[in-house]
Amino acid sequence: MSSTKPIEPPVIRFEEVVKSFGTQRVLDGLTFEVRRGQCLAIMGPSGTGKSVILRHAVGLMKPDAGRVLVEGQEPSKLKPRELAVLRKKIGFLFQEGALINWLSVRDNVALPLRENTRLSEAEIATKVEEKLDLVRIAKQSFDKMPSQISGGMKKRVGLARALVTEPEIVLYDEPNAGLDPEISASINDLIREVQVRLGTTSIVVEHRVACIKTVADEVLFLEKGRAHLQLPPKEFFSSSDPRLRQFLGPNPD
Amino acid sequence: MGIWTTISGLGLALGLRLELFGAVLARLHDVPRRRALIAQELYGSAIQTLHVILLVGLFIGMIVSLQTGIELARIGQQDQIGTIVAVSMAREMGPFITATILAATVGSAMAAEIGTMSVSDELAALEVLSIDRVKLLVLPRVVSLMLAAPLLTVVCDAIGVLGGGFVAQSQLNVSWQLYIDSALEALRTPAQFLPLPKDVWSGLLKSVVFGALVAVIGCASGLQAHGGALGVGRATRAAVRDSIIAIIISNYFMTWLLYQS
Ligand SMILES: Nc1ncnc2c1ncn2[C@@H]1O[C@H](COP(=O)(O)OP(=O)(O)OP(=O)(O)O)[C@@H](O)[C@H]1O
Ligand SMILES: [Mg+2]
Repeated sequence: MSSTKPIEPPVIRFEEVVKSFGTQRVLDGLTFEVRRGQCLAIMGPSGTGKSVILRHAVGLMKPDAGRVLVEGQEPSKLKPRELAVLRKKIGFLFQEGALINWLSVRDNVALPLRENTRLSEAEIATKVEEKLDLVRIAKQSFDKMPSQISGGMKKRVGLARALVTEPEIVLYDEPNAGLDPEISASINDLIREVQVRLGTTSIVVEHRVACIKTVADEVLFLEKGRAHLQLPPKEFFSSSDPRLRQFLGPNPD
Repeated sequence: MGIWTTISGLGLALGLRLELFGAVLARLHDVPRRRALIAQELYGSAIQTLHVILLVGLFIGMIVSLQTGIELARIGQQDQIGTIVAVSMAREMGPFITATILAATVGSAMAAEIGTMSVSDELAALEVLSIDRVKLLVLPRVVSLMLAAPLLTVVCDAIGVLGGGFVAQSQLNVSWQLYIDSALEALRTPAQFLPLPKDVWSGLLKSVVFGALVAVIGCASGLQAHGGALGVGRATRAAVRDSIIAIIISNYFMTWLLYQS
């Protein structure tokens, strides 16, 4: 698919990115890129810096060395106004959902539309309910507060909020964590559908093989702060790389 | 060495808070859009501390009346008790007590609420969504406390004067009528440009400033919180401590400006 427009620069590009916290070096010369319309899955042991990668891509963290480029711009070097323009193109699903605790489910999803668009309340309500339906939140939970819903539901509401503005780039931090197999399959279909229908570019941090096989065009295995391996899913899961085999175990699912 | 780091730390904290207050002022045009949130905050701060203000204000008035009454009685000047209670409530006690109670209740809650958002990625989420946190979180809180503080101060003043009256009547043998007359007479010095007694409006002006201080300090402490529940605890403690210091220091300078001439 991508071979038809080969010259377009990548939407997201990490160049030799280094990031340390105190004496702990989390990213150590990480390089990868994601082209338009592609989905990159990132896999790796817990605590290796997958969430840190996503935070760099939206300018929540700043690399110690190297460059992070999103649509050709470095988020950490933009002026606040330019950064806001760039961020409006990005949807971000936080690992814990990060719902605003004093707003209901419905108002959380409506928040980016209320604050940043001129849509009427009726238009907002339609979009919000449509997105909440897509992530399979039942009507009776629309007016619950975040503290009254389960972890997996928070995750899905966070997903609805990330998608409600129909962003060009979506970053998902473990979209499947805490979901049962049935809902997780429907979430993976949703991620794939968003990609196909809107042509979004995405990064999915995920451990579930089933999810990666559904959504990813390429898989990156993060180890010691670098891209240990980056391959299309088929080759990735049949790779004989000893470290990857050790990580995936005998029968990955 | 130690003292310089302390001073530069204080300078930095002051700078950040002034900056936040400046950011609030720059967004005042957004107040009409936030009226629902402001009303909600106002309800939370004013209605829910009203009973504390009533109780504390009552006893403060009784204390002032008793302390000064005993001395005044010794020199046969009991009929001045109303004057003293009314003036000290309106000028100092009402605004100060109200602000201190607001710092301990509402200001600390602001630091805890915003601090919790800070340590749980909610502020990061607002940032990624390009939502202005000052407009959403700080502006409604500052505006509502700038309204709540003077309202509660009036209540505190009134209940304090009443409390003083009970004591004057029951313990110091001053008639209720004499007490109230002297209290009202004392507050009659008019301001040049407002239809309010000077002591009342200067007290209210102070309380508006105190309300702004408590809210800005509470919000700023919350925004800076980091490091889980411990960080929220630190932010809350810092908010109450710094608010009380700020109330006292600013009180001195405002008194000086308002009454020196
Ligand atoms: N703000 C921070 N301050 C200090 N250290 C941090 C911070 N954020 C992340 N780290 C450290 O960076 C490392 C990577 O964290 P990260 O959250 O990216 O892990 P992860 O790969 O997403 O793990 P998981 O799969 O468990 O979510 C961790 O060891 C963590 O301790
Ligand atoms: Mg993570």
